[in-house]
Amino acid sequence: MGGSRPGSMIAIIGSLALVGVVSFLLWMGFADSGDFAGHPMTTWVPKSDNASLVHGVYQLIFILAGAVFVGIMALTLIFSLLYRERPGGEARQFHGNSRLEVVWTLIPVLIVVAMAVPTFSTMSVTSKPAPDNALKVVAIGHQWWWEFQYPELGITTANELYLPVNRPVSVALQSSDVIHSFWVPQLSGKIDNVPGHENHLWFTPTEARAEPYLGQCAEFCGLSHANMRFRVFVASTGDFEAWAKSAAGDRTAPTADLAKAGEQQFVASGCVACHTVKGQAGAAGKIGPDLSHFAARTTLASGTLDRTPANIRKWLSNPQAVKPGVLMPNLNLSPEALDKLVAYLDGLK
Amino acid sequence: MATALGAMTHTQEDTGLWSWLTTVDHKRIGAVYTVAGFLFFLLGGFEAVMVRTQLAVPNGTVLDADRYNQFFTMHALTMIFLGVMPMGAGFFNYFIPLHVGARDVAFPRLNALSLWIFLSGGILLNSSFFLGGAPNGGWFGYAPLSSIEYAKSSGMTFYVVGLLVLGLSSLMASLNFAVTIINMRAPGMSMMRLPVFIWMVLVVAFLLILSLPVLTVGLLQLYFDRVWGTSFFSPSTGGDPILWQHIFWIFGHPEVYVLILPSMGIVSEVLPVMSKKPLFGYSAIVFAGAAIGVLGFGVWAHHMFTTGLGPVPQVVFSASTMAIGVPTGIKIFNWLGTMYGGNIRFVTATYFSVGFIALFTIGGISGVMHASPPVDGHHQDSYFVVAHIHYVLFGGAIMGIFSGFYYWFPKMSGRLLDEALGKLNFWTMFVGMNLTFFPMHFLGLAGMPRRIYTYDAGMGWDTWNMVATIGSYILAIGVLVFVVNVIKTMRKEPDAGNDPWGGATLEWAIPSPPPAHNFDVVPEVRDRDPLWYNRDHGIAPTPVPEHNHIHMPPPSYFPLIVALGVLLIAVGALSTLAIVGLGAVVSVYGIWGWALEPTD
Ligand code: HEC
Ligand SMILES: [Cu+2]
Repeated sequence: MGGSRPGSMIAIIGSLALVGVVSFLLWMGFADSGDFAGHPMTTWVPKSDNASLVHGVYQLIFILAGAVFVGIMALTLIFSLLYRERPGGEARQFHGNSRLEVVWTLIPVLIVVAMAVPTFSTMSVTSKPAPDNALKVVAIGHQWWWEFQYPELGITTANELYLPVNRPVSVALQSSDVIHSFWVPQLSGKIDNVPGHENHLWFTPTEARAEPYLGQCAEFCGLSHANMRFRVFVASTGDFEAWAKSAAGDRTAPTADLAKAGEQQFVASGCVACHTVKGQAGAAGKIGPDLSHFAARTTLASGTLDRTPANIRKWLSNPQAVKPGVLMPNLNLSPEALDKLVAYLDGLK
Repeated sequence: MATALGAMTHTQEDTGLWSWLTTVDHKRIGAVYTVAGFLFFLLGGFEAVMVRTQLAVPNGTVLDADRYNQFFTMHALTMIFLGVMPMGAGFFNYFIPLHVGARDVAFPRLNALSLWIFLSGGILLNSSFFLGGAPNGGWFGYAPLSSIEYAKSSGMTFYVVGLLVLGLSSLMASLNFAVTIINMRAPGMSMMRLPVFIWMVLVVAFLLILSLPVLTVGLLQLYFDRVWGTSFFSPSTGGDPILWQHIFWIFGHPEVYVLILPSMGIVSEVLPVMSKKPLFGYSAIVFAGAAIGVLGFGVWAHHMFTTGLGPVPQVVFSASTMAIGVPTGIKIFNWLGTMYGGNIRFVTATYFSVGFIALFTIGGISGVMHASPPVDGHHQDSYFVVAHIHYVLFGGAIMGIFSGFYYWFPKMSGRLLDEALGKLNFWTMFVGMNLTFFPMHFLGLAGMPRRIYTYDAGMGWDTWNMVATIGSYILAIGVLVFVVNVIKTMRKEPDAGNDPWGGATLEWAIPSPPPAHNFDVVPEVRDRDPLWYNRDHGIAPTPVPEHNHIHMPPPSYFPLIVALGVLLIAVGALSTLAIVGLGAVVSVYGIWGWALEPTD
């Protein structure tokens, strides 16, 4: 190739070296971003059966992509150096080569076949209906928070989903308004929550751990789309059952005076119109998150704030300021009302 | 006055504003398209830089959520419909007649009308910023977020009306280009001798002719939903939001090829000329382009893999999407084949073309990656896809267009752009582009969703977002270097001559800039590379007959009137019916006068 040109070996070796170094650096970048440590939403560390299956395809496709990248970059660079204009140089005049055309039609064909076969065989597993013993969960997207229901267990909660390890879970995806998308990268690829059209996905989480699996709405859904985050906790069967028992029951009734006053304030300020608190008479609103066990959650307002008393206060004093567009109004609560409400809410275990 | 009859030295001197407003000369129209498209490209770039600035650090405070949503929506709309397409249309207008050996396009007045309607649409769409807020629902306008219930500001109505107006312009222009290419070719210019650029334009024209009507229907339905309370797409009243997605992407996917094919054409012109050898595999490139066009209509649902299509459509659309990788691969190999064995002159146009091959390839590879639905479950709506589209549309379409600027600017202005500034322009853009968009692959892998105006620290997204933002500033500087280059170049004396590159296509045989009638004598074409053939076979140009009466279409102000009518109809659709009526009257008057206008 280009043997008549002086310095061609240098050009080729130099190009290969450069492409090699660049590819290595990019690979380091990918490896770093794929690491769970420091990247809690990584798509590269599967922790469910279906996610692991998909990961096999993903790895293969990454490798194929890398090979094509190296090949084309190297050729482009080599040809640029080798055939750059030189005094007295002549361009060879030819119009094409049918045999080469056939060869390089076959190369991409082979590559896509190599992708297609594992893709489709994976889909034949993941698109099966969920196993019969699967735990049923309904995930409803709202502008801009998540409602989670366990119809068989009589539980309704928000923004934090509890799952038992090693048991399949079948998630029915719904929306109450616009299109959202349910995505917990380590557990499953995303599927949209489409209003008026229930979608399904299922997976079996394979690792119980204390840190949450982070998820986030992935389909642009309006003003606070960026603030529509959620968490999945995968627990041992025992821990899950303990959680479920508590979550299915009524709230813990307030005992301290301030909290009791908060209970009344919750009615007086009209919170009950939008929020349910099981065990509090008249608190059966459906517009906002179920607060029966609010104090058992780690975050508030769909992952926007940590659930600390100070943040609850911040939230109640002006939800808009925390989360643009939010559908909870600013109720202009007095400092005293805030004290009471925070005390009440913080005790709803 | 400007009735363009006769001699070779007319109309070029007419430079008043009125002469531009009434022009039907494809070169002037092309020039206005290019300049306007470039200005909109700068505006879209400004929006992008603002978006990047907001995302530079976690919990950024530069733009609020609403402003951010308007900016990213308008960035896409501006770049696609007001920047890249019009800059492409500028080249089409200017070079189709020159390449096929014609004196103008088939319908010169219709051409002027397309231009004025495009400008009206662009201004209308951007005026929304000052009239209650720009569109904020994404360029894809997904239902039901685009409904009046969830998008109460008039922004999304501007989106509907603006795109309808722009679609009208593109549709007319496409018909005009297709007819010109098919009917106005010089003697000997058979279809398989057409420059590849012209082939790609032809494919683009058919893509638009077939896909824009679909979008138009969808937009009208959305308009009815928003303004008259119908429910085509609103699930709460029995409509289907997924229907909108199908309609949108049946248009939207071919649209991607509308953006990239012209640049593939430009590269296919620049590389052989600079390599000083014929294009490798002409027919393969042409057929691959046509195949991309046809297959491009059968892949739309790959934008919808996560909507719950079910496994069978997923497999079908996955297979068709992978299949489209094959003709794309063929093209890349053929460009490399063109460089192979050449004696490549590395001017700035070459840099941009070679840059195109490398960067477009990266976008092509990532595109094939998410053709696999399980992998797309990760990529969809993540920054990986943002990286992908920008490697295709910036690394591909824009690099190609810049190659075209450097290649054809001498023909259009008579002046060669400065090469030193050109190289600086290329390298800043190349480095900036890669710094901006490559890290987005990493962000996607780390799970960052797109279209979020803010993110928390601790997600591992900080570093690469900062790098991407710095990259976008470098990119912006690169684009400004180009502006400086143009200004500097326009101040010097013409120095290009007819043929600075040793070109193969017809435009290089005539003066730069070309006279209004293009060719003194309509050329006779004997080969795919006509000028090289004549050079190699010692064929002298046909002498100009002494009494050379060339009939050129006279200028006309009726296109302007019709465009004004269309603009009024659009304004009325956004405000009150009375203005629609007025617009209709103005349009009908314009069309009437147009029909009865003498043509010489
Ligand atoms: C008009 C309906 C409405 C009213 C009235 C209302 N809220 Fe809310 N509330 C909501 C919505 C909707 C959300 C979800 C906001 C989000 O995350 O986007 C919410 C969220 C909350 C949250 C956070 C829940 C979580 O798990 O993240 C708390 C706590 C809360 N509201 C308390 C109250 C209190 C206390 C009152 C009365 C002073 C009240 N709300 C009144 C609609 C309402
Ligand atoms: Cu959402």
